[in-house]
Amino acid sequence: MVRRHASLTVKSMLEVTGLHAGYDSLDVLHGVDLAVDEGQVVALLGSNGAGKSTLNNTLSGIIRPRLGSIRFSGKDIVGTSPEYIVASGLIHVPEGRRIFPNMSVLENLEMGGYRRGRKCRARNMARVTEVFPRLAERFSQLGGTLSGGEQQMLAIGRGMMSEPRLLILDEPSLGLSPLLVEEMFTLIGQLNEQGLSVLLVEQNVFQSLAIADRAYVLENVSVTLQGASADLLDDAQLRRSYLGM
Amino acid sequence: MPPTGRATDVLEVTGLCKTFGGLRAVADATLSVAAGEIVSLIGPNGAGKTTLFAMVSGFLKPDAGTVQFQRRDIKGLRPHAACRLGLARTFQVARPFPNLSVHHNIAIGAHTRYRRRNQALAIAAEVAERLGMASRLDDHAGSLTVAGRKRLELARALATRPRLLLLDEVMAGLNATEIDDIVAALRGIRATGITIVLIEHVMRAVKSLSDRAYVLNHGRMIATGTPAEITRNPDVIEAYLGHGAAARLADGQIDA
Repeated sequence: MVRRHASLTVKSMLEVTGLHAGYDSLDVLHGVDLAVDEGQVVALLGSNGAGKSTLNNTLSGIIRPRLGSIRFSGKDIVGTSPEYIVASGLIHVPEGRRIFPNMSVLENLEMGGYRRGRKCRARNMARVTEVFPRLAERFSQLGGTLSGGEQQMLAIGRGMMSEPRLLILDEPSLGLSPLLVEEMFTLIGQLNEQGLSVLLVEQNVFQSLAIADRAYVLENVSVTLQGASADLLDDAQLRRSYLGM
Repeated sequence: MPPTGRATDVLEVTGLCKTFGGLRAVADATLSVAAGEIVSLIGPNGAGKTTLFAMVSGFLKPDAGTVQFQRRDIKGLRPHAACRLGLARTFQVARPFPNLSVHHNIAIGAHTRYRRRNQALAIAAEVAERLGMASRLDDHAGSLTVAGRKRLELARALATRPRLLLLDEVMAGLNATEIDDIVAALRGIRATGITIVLIEHVMRAVKSLSDRAYVLNHGRMIATGTPAEITRNPDVIEAYLGHGAAARLADGQIDA
C-alpha cells in the first residue's frame, strides 16, 4: 500500500510562519504567523492600514516576502510565481474588484478560468451563474457598466472560475446592500460546506466571526490577537476597536 | 441670489429617467431635499443610485425629467458648472492624484472657485483641519489607507465650498471606529449649513445620521420617510435590507 505522506500528515492547508514583508524602507508585516486548516473559514481582521492587503498580496505571490515561509498544501511557495500559486489552487479575489471594464461579463469570467480545462470551465461557469444569476442576465454587458455591487459579484465569480481550493476574499461585502451582504456571507458558508477553505478579510466583523472558525487580528505589522471566533466575539478589546461598543 | 436661512428646497428632482441600451437604470425618480437636511439614498446594488447622482451632478444627461438646484434649472449643466454653483459630489472609488500631497489634492477642489494659489492652499489647509487630516497634509495621497482616501475625497469636495454635497458610499470599507469618525465629521459639516445627500449601505450610519431616506429599487423610488419608517417598510425589507438586517436594526443591534 502506498502511503501518501503529504496529504496524511499535513493538516494546515496554508501555513505562514515568521513572515516579514513591506515596501522600500517600510515594514508592513513583521513576523506574522497564521494558519488556515483544510475546510476552515478563517477571518483576518484589522484596521485599514494594518497590513491585511499586503499579507494577501504576499500570499498570492505579488509581493515577495523579506523573510519567513508560506506553505500551501505542504509546499513552500515563497519565490514561486503568482501563476504557479493560482495553478495550485490558491486564489486571491483582490479588494476593489479590479475587473476588466472593457470586457463583457462573460469574458471576465472566462479570464478567471482560462488556465483550467474546458470541462472544468463549464462546470465552474454553471456554479457561478447559479450563485450569481444576475451575472448570467448580464453576460454580454461590459464589466465597466455594471453597478458597484455587480462588479463585486463579478470579481468573486471570476475567482471561483479558477477552481480555488483556498479562496482569499478581500472585503467581499464592500459596497453591497445589507440583503446582499447577508447573501454573500451565506454563500461563503455554502462554498465552505462544499469543501472550500476561505481566508476572509472583512470590516464586517460581526458577520465574519459568525461564519468563521477562527480569526486573527492584525495590528501594526503583527498579529495581536487570535483564536476561535466565539472567543473573539467576547473579547473586550476587539469589541471596542472593531464593533464600536 | 438664492434665498438663505429658510428651509427651502435646495434640490428638487422630478420624473428623472435614464436608459442604457435596453436597461432602464432610473425610471421616473422624484426627490426633494431641504436646506440643512441630511438625506440618505439607499437601495439594492444596481438600483440606479449612482446613476441618479450622476444625472443630478451633470455627469450624465437625463433622458427626461427636471433637476432644480436652489430653484434654478440645472439639467444639462456640465459638472464643473454645477460645482461652481455649489453642488459637489464624491465617487465610490476614491481616486486621488497619488503623487501629489494631500494638501495639493485638496487644493485642486478649492481651485474650482479660487484662482490664487495661496488662497486655494489656505482653504485646503482649513478643510484638512476640519476633517482631522492636518497632520497628513504633506503626505503623498498614494500613501493613504482606504479610510484616509475616503476622507480625502470628502475634503476635495468640501474645498469647492459646496451648498450641497452628494456623497457616494463614503463609508464603504471602513471599520466601526472609522465610520463613527466620518459620521461625526458629517454632522460637523451639516452644522456649517451644508446640505448632504448620501448613498450608503452602512445602515447604522444611515439610521443615526439621516433626517429622511429615499429607497430606490430597479430605478424607481419605492419608499421615502424617516429611517425608522423605512426600516419597517415591508417592501424595503424585501428588496433591500433582508429580514436579518431588518431584525437587527429593530433590535437596535449595531451592524446591519
